[in-house]
Amino acid sequence: MMDRAFDSVSAFGFEMAFLLAASGFFVCLKLLSSPKTAKLGNLIGSGAMLLAIVVTLIMERPSVIMPMSVAMALGSIAGVISAKRVQMTAMPQMIAIFNGFGGLASVLVAIAEILRIYFDGTNSPSILFSITAWFSVAVGAITFTGSMVAFFKLQELMPTRPILVRGQRLVTILLSLAVLVLLYLLIASPKDLGLFVALSLVASTLGILLVLPIGGADMPVVISLLNSYSGLAALAVGFVVKSNILIISGALVGASGVILTRLMCHAMNRSLMNVVFGAFGGVDLVNKMQEEKPVREFSPTDAAMLLKNASKVIIVPGYGLAVSQAQRNLRDLADELKANGVNVSYAIHPVAGRMPGHMNVLLAEADIPYNELFDLDEINGEFETADVAVIIGANDVVNPSARSDKTSPLFGMPILNADKAKAVIVMKRGRGRGFAGVENPLFAMDNAGVVYGDAKQSVVKTLLSLKEL
Amino acid sequence: MSEYSLSDLSIYIYVLVLASFIGFEVISKVPTMLHTPLMSGSNAISGIILLGAIVVSVGQKSVLGDVVAFVAVFFATINVVGGFVVTDRMLSMFRIKKGKGA
Repeated sequence: MMDRAFDSVSAFGFEMAFLLAASGFFVCLKLLSSPKTAKLGNLIGSGAMLLAIVVTLIMERPSVIMPMSVAMALGSIAGVISAKRVQMTAMPQMIAIFNGFGGLASVLVAIAEILRIYFDGTNSPSILFSITAWFSVAVGAITFTGSMVAFFKLQELMPTRPILVRGQRLVTILLSLAVLVLLYLLIASPKDLGLFVALSLVASTLGILLVLPIGGADMPVVISLLNSYSGLAALAVGFVVKSNILIISGALVGASGVILTRLMCHAMNRSLMNVVFGAFGGVDLVNKMQEEKPVREFSPTDAAMLLKNASKVIIVPGYGLAVSQAQRNLRDLADELKANGVNVSYAIHPVAGRMPGHMNVLLAEADIPYNELFDLDEINGEFETADVAVIIGANDVVNPSARSDKTSPLFGMPILNADKAKAVIVMKRGRGRGFAGVENPLFAMDNAGVVYGDAKQSVVKTLLSLKEL
Repeated sequence: MSEYSLSDLSIYIYVLVLASFIGFEVISKVPTMLHTPLMSGSNAISGIILLGAIVVSVGQKSVLGDVVAFVAVFFATINVVGGFVVTDRMLSMFRIKKGKGA
């Protein structure tokens, strides 16, 4: 046994090491402010994490190091394999499932701590402990099952449309109340394991019911929201095991999730309440057949001619591009244009992909230089001076009725002003509507023409024609 | 561990609130271009739960407790390792000029 003075000095040392690690996380996020420094930031972040883990191991001096190292080794293998194998298009699913694991770990840590106290017998938990454990289990379980439903929807293992059965909202409200009642009961009898089991089950069901009614189009919001929940879960565990670094890290992740959630809501012109409680897409969208202006159809050669004579081209990529895996072909097309002296840039709408920043990653993967990618605010003024805007697999994010038509469901949503370009080439799969099911008047405009077909085929054919011209 | 005083709690709440403010400031400066790596990176950071899992796996008095802690360590490690590795992989793709392999 060490004497008290030494004990408190070493405790101080451990805390300072944790402070260093926590600072590493701040530096990590700070360096993420530029693509040039981001990689270093991530390295610093992982170094800080390693430091925190090693310090914890030294501090806790686990007598049985074997099972723990086995768990960590298995976890590392699973983590590396999934991180190396995942397709960039599947990134939202991966983030969703990782969020879920964070939530699950939060539940398990709280339960393990309760079991330790329960079987120890010598000490009885305080009220504050009960409250923090309750919070950890509740948030963790909601995060876990909610993320799993999001994962299943994104992976298309279940229907992506909103699922809402009759009476579901009432059940959701009742379950929320039950979670609160369980808090009250747990304060009264903190050593009742059955109550924690009940809490896990109720909160798990609640997580499922909260995400089921949310449709595929709203997934960017849901993933961001679940990201902030996983921060909350870490934070809650921090309160259970009394650790500052867990609380700091949880707060960071929570803040990031909240910021992204707000951005996504803004980009879709929806309130969070509306996303969570209003099933989008179920509304009457088969509104007015418009004046049914005929859409002009372009052949790939027409598109190539327009591009050949242009000096400034802006490309608007949408998720349809990624679905047909045409990113590299698009880069080839852009390279050919650049070789002919054309100024090419890309306009990225915040919800162009399926999660925040998704399209940027998809294009970066195809070796498209990031200094050619611009977000909505940066590029919207440029369309007026552009000779050609090429819209590939995007629809709602360039729908001009969002600007002007008050009756449109998209009204108020920030859009890319592709219609202001001198000529617009639209590459789309079929004659269908966008995600939101809304008619897009852009396609019928006098300066626009549509190349129908798979995005990859259209891009490849256009490139071939361009080379022949 | 089981003694939990209100003064402890107040310190944790201080830490929480201040960290949240700084977090908002720092993260607001991350450009939209890097929001996916931000998300996977912050996901890795939320794997800090691993520390909690290590703490609670020490001194378990029951097999059930051991098992629960083991599983917690496993899942939290996936989060940490997978999160940082996938973030690194994505960030390596962001280049100004094309790589030679292209």
